[in-house]
Amino acid sequence: MNVFINGEPRDIPDKSSLQTLIESLGLTGKRLAVEVNEDIVPRSQHSEFRLSENDRVEIVHAIGGG
Amino acid sequence: MTDQSQIQLPEDKPLEIAGRVYKSRLLVGTGKYRDMMETGHAIEASGAEIVTVAVRRTNLGQNPDEPNLLDVISPDSFTILPNTAGCYNARDAVRTCKLARELLNGHNLVKLEVLGEEKTLYPNMTETLVAAEELIRDGFQVMVYCSDDPLLCKRLEEMGCIAIMPLGAPIGSGLGIQNRYNIRLIVENASVPVLVDAGVGTASDATIAMELGCDGVLMNTAIAQAQDPIRMARAMKLAIESGREAYLSGRMPKKAYASASSPIDGIFF
Repeated sequence: MNVFINGEPRDIPDKSSLQTLIESLGLTGKRLAVEVNEDIVPRSQHSEFRLSENDRVEIVHAIGGG
Repeated sequence: MTDQSQIQLPEDKPLEIAGRVYKSRLLVGTGKYRDMMETGHAIEASGAEIVTVAVRRTNLGQNPDEPNLLDVISPDSFTILPNTAGCYNARDAVRTCKLARELLNGHNLVKLEVLGEEKTLYPNMTETLVAAEELIRDGFQVMVYCSDDPLLCKRLEEMGCIAIMPLGAPIGSGLGIQNRYNIRLIVENASVPVLVDAGVGTASDATIAMELGCDGVLMNTAIAQAQDPIRMARAMKLAIESGREAYLSGRMPKKAYASASSPIDGIFF
């Protein structure tokens, strides 16, 4: 199925969990925050949260800024 | 000569933000540095304990071993103050703050800034008020970047913002404190910390802000874009301390004409 990760379309296996997605992106253990369709998904729920077709996933981190 | 260590000056009341006490009244940003090593060294030289960061999309698949800013500026050693830079409306700002809270494991201190236009990056106060209200309702502790309008600053305080941060001049302009009278009025009216956020260009600007009675100064570009950022970070540390001491000392009154420092009595010619 297709999902959008940080604005880019990406094909992932059906019913993938957020945690699986994060692992596949090599981001496991990184300091980041995730929202799906503009709702925060807390870290504690990443393993049980199942993605759906056309979900919009945002993965953010802290960078330099004032 | 008197040994300075013997002179006992009354202790200054330390800066307190969100129930935490800070020795340093200088808050610094982490943007515009050459690299993360320079960022780390400059922050160390500045003595800052509160450090701002921005929240942005993670680069996917490019370089997974890229150092993370929060590994250099660890939340264990610094109070991380995520900002809402780049937000032009309340909705984006609130969304950014929620992501920041998740990113920092529930840490709810944020720097709210809602911008009005790209040319001046002047704060959009209507949207700032809307966002502040929503964030406070949601349990955030809001330090707010705002215009130097004394009435709006008071309003933000009454809404529950924990620190009021009027601009001294546009973000990144380095023009110094443009309206000292307003900053002074805001300080006089406030019962929460007032920090000048944005506009400082060099050490004397930071000192002026502190001499006006501000509780602190937040800056980024003045340090990061100096020829020698690490040295400028130290200069800013000293400037903030100097300005604070001068404020606490109570300056001499200004006079229109001269007043000799040496006595007239005993002149022998």
